[in-house]
Amino acid sequence: MSQVVLYTIITLSTVGVVSAIILYFTAQKFKVYEDPRIDQVDEALPHANCGGCGFPGCRSFAEACVKAETLDDLFCPVGGNETMAGVAHILGKEVVEAEPRVAVVRCQGSFEYRPRTNHYEGVSSCAVEHSLYTGDTDCPYGCLGQGDCVEACAFDAMYMDEETGLPVIIDAKCVACGACVEACPRDIIELRKRNKKDRKIFVSCVNHDKGGIAKQYCSVACIGCTKCVKECRYDAISMDTYLAFIDSDKCVLCRKCVTVCPTVSILEINFPPRRIKTEAVAAEKTSLTRESGKISDNSDSLK
Amino acid sequence: MQNTKYRTFPRGGIHPPEWKLSAGEPIKEISAPARVIIPLTQHLGAPAVPVVERGTAVVTGQLLAQGQGFVSANIHTPVSGKVIKIDAAIDASGYKRTAIIIDVDGDEWDSTIDRSPSLNKNIRDSREEIIRKVQDAGIVGMGGATFPTHVKLRVPKGKKADMLIINGVECEPFLTADHRLMLEKGNELMIGVRLIMKALEVKNAVIGIEENKDDAIEYLSGLAEKQPGISVQTLKVKYPQGGEKQLIKAVTGREVPGGGLPVDVGVVVHNVGTTFAVYEAVQKNKPLIERIVTVTGRSLSTPSNFLVRIGTPVSKLIDAAGGLPEDTGKVVLGGPMMGKAINNLDIPVTKGTSGVLFLPADESHREKADPCIRCSKCISVCPMGLEPYLLMPLAEYKLWDKAEKEKVMDCIECGSCSYTCPAHRPLLDYIRLGKMQVGQLIRKRKQTV
Repeated sequence: MSQVVLYTIITLSTVGVVSAIILYFTAQKFKVYEDPRIDQVDEALPHANCGGCGFPGCRSFAEACVKAETLDDLFCPVGGNETMAGVAHILGKEVVEAEPRVAVVRCQGSFEYRPRTNHYEGVSSCAVEHSLYTGDTDCPYGCLGQGDCVEACAFDAMYMDEETGLPVIIDAKCVACGACVEACPRDIIELRKRNKKDRKIFVSCVNHDKGGIAKQYCSVACIGCTKCVKECRYDAISMDTYLAFIDSDKCVLCRKCVTVCPTVSILEINFPPRRIKTEAVAAEKTSLTRESGKISDNSDSLK
Repeated sequence: MQNTKYRTFPRGGIHPPEWKLSAGEPIKEISAPARVIIPLTQHLGAPAVPVVERGTAVVTGQLLAQGQGFVSANIHTPVSGKVIKIDAAIDASGYKRTAIIIDVDGDEWDSTIDRSPSLNKNIRDSREEIIRKVQDAGIVGMGGATFPTHVKLRVPKGKKADMLIINGVECEPFLTADHRLMLEKGNELMIGVRLIMKALEVKNAVIGIEENKDDAIEYLSGLAEKQPGISVQTLKVKYPQGGEKQLIKAVTGREVPGGGLPVDVGVVVHNVGTTFAVYEAVQKNKPLIERIVTVTGRSLSTPSNFLVRIGTPVSKLIDAAGGLPEDTGKVVLGGPMMGKAINNLDIPVTKGTSGVLFLPADESHREKADPCIRCSKCISVCPMGLEPYLLMPLAEYKLWDKAEKEKVMDCIECGSCSYTCPAHRPLLDYIRLGKMQVGQLIRKRKQTV
């Protein structure tokens, strides 16, 4: 009886040892070397897998970081500078601090300001509607309001405002991953420099039509009058076929352009109310501006 | 009425109600409007480049814009008058694109154009001359695809065509423009067919007509008897038989390979409208400046077939057909299956406009889409053998590479799947989006290689 037990133990042990040796050599033979730093970098990333860095998922980004000679072109918008500093520390590389950014919706063509001229009843996809025609307003550039951007946002930082029919970005949640920018078939959403207290000044329009035409279908369209360009002392505003653009890197938030814009298409958001209101016209304009400031979710809280 | 003895394509297809209201209406010419809008993109390919400028006085038939590149087409003025501006104007694409706008003054024609109604039977031009004349005349496929005809007349090197098929199917419900053309311009058509046969160097031509146009079949068969090499093939009524690949399959039994051209199986297809335009261009030296447009709809007082100058706004056609019906919900350019609704009645008729259709409001709205019930009706009607129920979510969730693998590019956008879906799912809407995106990816890939 005891012999049986003994043989069993010996046989099994031998099989075990032989298998272990085979497995050991097989593992050596087929070993794939992976830089251990990839795991470390991966660990340090936020694991949102949003693709905001331009790579499919955090792990690919980690691999790219380890492989790259410098971290200049690599940035994780979700983790921001903090994460990138951590990554740089792991890899012993230098990292330049990037300006934090935030997405803005450059269209204020709400139901009120941009009349609906027809009724679109196709599938609720901006991409499909864009491929068919100008949409239910006559503006060929403006927001279609089907919410492709909201659907693309992985951070719950966007929603559609039922009242205006336009998407709203919640600044506090936006990580500037750029998914909405990618999703928008009309290139309305832009990533801009994030200023202190989320203050923003931007031309909330992407219409390249001549002023007279643009005005016909939207009362708050940029008409390309160039008044803002002349007013800006910091060379921050440029004109491109009847559309003004404010460079957020050059803008010093002086708000001069806002006061001269005749169609209130330049928005100031999250600023304290202005002190000087000499003319009635100016007062009216400011109130209108603040009203359109609805586009930002934070405007109300800072009144 | 329908007989099963005739040929058709074997796979898929549907039978929508025909509603050929204007089949008995003779073609009526309507005069030039006060102002025409001539878009520079009336064909597939690169937009034509204007050769006139603001203020230029033009006579009917004069060249307005020169086609640029291999796939492009010339554009001529359909009226005489003065170019008042070259500006963006809304066209059937739904967007504003560059167009030449002409104020009409009188009706003076270019002297080289033969306007006599007499039939010019003598084919004197050589093969090259025919192609050159067709190219100069700016002729494009008039069935709707608007592919430049001269490109199709030049058989690519290394390939050989042995058969010409003339597409007289007109399978879209409501439309009768091609039907009327076959009845009224049969003799001209026969010469047009001969011209194309000569250009392609083929010995056989078949005119494919569906059996619901029995008068046209009878008439053209009679004419074809005297023409060696030309015959008429009666086809069973089925949509989308007018699709190039479906027609080839129905007439010859040959199948165009996926992603391939008809000439890969030795066939070239031209529409009857195009054939007539070729006759006019070669024998009468007349560029493509007018076309036959069916203006129809069940609430319209007089559904008609009009001979219209290119550039005429749709609103003018409505006036000619007895005014806009009160219950109109949608105005569609083209037929009900593949046409496109327009949101502006100033949109002009272009080379590819085969019809203007008025749909009553209660018929033109969309049903609410329900979840797919996996009934597979869309698969059984798809003439290309695709799986629309599968392609739609692939496009919806942006899985472009998978959509490409599932042959989304083979879709001919006939709309049979959407038509037949009992859950009213917007199958074609998304598939078309998928085609667009996959097409872009393929182009990008080609550029990088």
